[in-house]
Amino acid sequence: MDFLTLIQLLDSTVRLATPLLLACLAGLFSERAGIFDIGLEGKMLAAAFFSAAVAAVTGSVWLGLAAGIASSIALSLLHGVASITFRGNQLISGVAINFLAAGLTVLIAQDWFQQGGRTPSLMGGGRFEPITLPFAEALAEVPYLGPVYAELISGHSFLVYLAFAAVPLTWWVLFRTRFGLRLRAVGENPAAVDTAGVSVVGLRYAAVIICGVLCGIAGAYLSTALQAGFVKDMSAGRGFIALAALIFAKWRPWYALWATLLFGLFGALETRPDVIQAVIGMKVQGQLLGALPYIMTVIILAGFVGKAVPPRAGGQPYVKER
Amino acid sequence: MDVMPKWAEVVLVPLISLILAAIISALVILAIGEDPVAAVNLMVTGALGSTYGWGYTLYYATNFLFTGLAVSVAFHAGLFNIGGEGQAMLGGLGVALACLLIPWPHWTLALLGASLAAALFGAAWAAIPAFLQAKRGSHIVITTIMFNFIGAAVLNYVLVNIMRPAGSMDPATARFPEAVHLPTLHDMLGVVGIPFSRAAPANVTFVIAIIACFLVWLLLWRTWLGYEIRSYGKSEPAAKYAGISPVAITMIAMLISGALAGLMAINNVMGEAERLVLNAVEGAGFIGIAVALMGRSHPFGVFLAALLFGFLYQGGAELALWTSIPRELIVVIQALVILFTGALDNMVRMPLEKLFLMLRRKEA
Repeated sequence: MDFLTLIQLLDSTVRLATPLLLACLAGLFSERAGIFDIGLEGKMLAAAFFSAAVAAVTGSVWLGLAAGIASSIALSLLHGVASITFRGNQLISGVAINFLAAGLTVLIAQDWFQQGGRTPSLMGGGRFEPITLPFAEALAEVPYLGPVYAELISGHSFLVYLAFAAVPLTWWVLFRTRFGLRLRAVGENPAAVDTAGVSVVGLRYAAVIICGVLCGIAGAYLSTALQAGFVKDMSAGRGFIALAALIFAKWRPWYALWATLLFGLFGALETRPDVIQAVIGMKVQGQLLGALPYIMTVIILAGFVGKAVPPRAGGQPYVKER
Repeated sequence: MDVMPKWAEVVLVPLISLILAAIISALVILAIGEDPVAAVNLMVTGALGSTYGWGYTLYYATNFLFTGLAVSVAFHAGLFNIGGEGQAMLGGLGVALACLLIPWPHWTLALLGASLAAALFGAAWAAIPAFLQAKRGSHIVITTIMFNFIGAAVLNYVLVNIMRPAGSMDPATARFPEAVHLPTLHDMLGVVGIPFSRAAPANVTFVIAIIACFLVWLLLWRTWLGYEIRSYGKSEPAAKYAGISPVAITMIAMLISGALAGLMAINNVMGEAERLVLNAVEGAGFIGIAVALMGRSHPFGVFLAALLFGFLYQGGAELALWTSIPRELIVVIQALVILFTGALDNMVRMPLEKLFLMLRRKEA
């Protein structure tokens, strides 16, 4: 494998890891606050549709992004009402949200655009265009570092840079602010937070709303940056891979970055069987690569390679003593 | 003592949840510019207006009966088996292997053998998540979700690389031999002189699903094992104190659950397609969740809920055929049923409990 192929491979790794990373951080906020969220997939899908639909109608990708985030927050609030206010089963609520998004997106797409459940292709201002970083062209000729900068680091859309910036930001919010301390505490021991006079319900709603915002950006990235428009079921299990990455990362932001990059690399390799064959000298089935994130997560969950311990109060509704 | 009388718990709460789901569904149909009344009429005539419609309704209902029972048994043990989809997929693999590798002399024997294979493969696919939950404490919801995806990859690999007949481009197995053809309702009812549509896929598996319902009821409410499963689901510490082994109950409940989900394959793979195709399950594993929630995890409730979803599926297909409403409307209705009967259960229950408390105080 030559150097340029490696750069191309890493470049598509970054592209494929971005939605996983955003959704993974979304889940991180929610689950650290004690709200399990298997509805990441549905929120991404809804956001992918609404951002593409609004971008197609208005021609502005920014309005599209806003609509995507809004739709994702709406589903987050539904999850919040079911699991925080009415203390319902968070897992069942997540399942319902996934189906709601899968059904409603096609239903509305058909009603608005009559194109068999897809949106019109996005053009011009309706998409996030790649950003060329300064000096990328000038430095491209420098051996090794030049292509790395020009091809790998430069030339992504705004949302990719946003996703990578979200990692240190998430770390800072969770581990260096008072809000973050309380958020983590509410996922471990909500009664203690309540005793300290801080609202458990308020914190948990804040967490699911942040989760909605990040999922919204992830969905918008799918339909307005990675591809040009919405197609039915376009999230294609990415929400679940993000969930797997979250467990793989043991609910920590920096590990989330590495986990999603690793899973992104699997995705990139799936489209380049020739590269695998050249590097390890044998053929690897595409199906195996596709299933690898799930298999690795099961192994991690089984606790054979370092145990993944979820937030202790995760999944349990908090009942204030009366 | 319970706040609500039993009839309110069993009938009123699910009914109100269902009505809420129906109202929102009607609003959704209105919002996309269609007439909900006309839609319901079309669904009723499409699904129940002919023996052809009934044949499809019962065919779908058979699938949902198996997956609904699968989810219910796990629910009784306090486990959420979201992996019915993967278990049914692997059950299909078991059926395909049994039908293609063994030269069955008669369909009755084939049905027996294929059922066994389906149940075994389904149970095997549930066994690893069950073991990890029981022994290592890994959350069964996550592991069963992962196993759905792993199962899809396994099936994809097997169909594309191993079981695909030479020269065929289609990722599917060869057709099963004629000897394993299951009698359809057309064949069965024809014997007693009742005319039934020849084209509809409903078959003898429907009867087996009803027997499965009865057996699950027997198991849960009339055997020691069922008692242990239910008490473990109600309270783990209490069950432990009574000498019930959490590891054994988790394993047994999940194996039964997986076997039931796997059994669905004798309907869709052996009864209908007569070969194994990719995506043969078509989401029936997930509909099992809605069916179990709506049926309150009771076999009779599951039976009614499976019929309703069978009706919705066939009716939805007719809607998609004759109007511009896409088939995904059914997915929305399914989501709303899961939402209202599952996640938002307390929204209906809390005001009702208050109401019954008030009534009781007045009496006293």
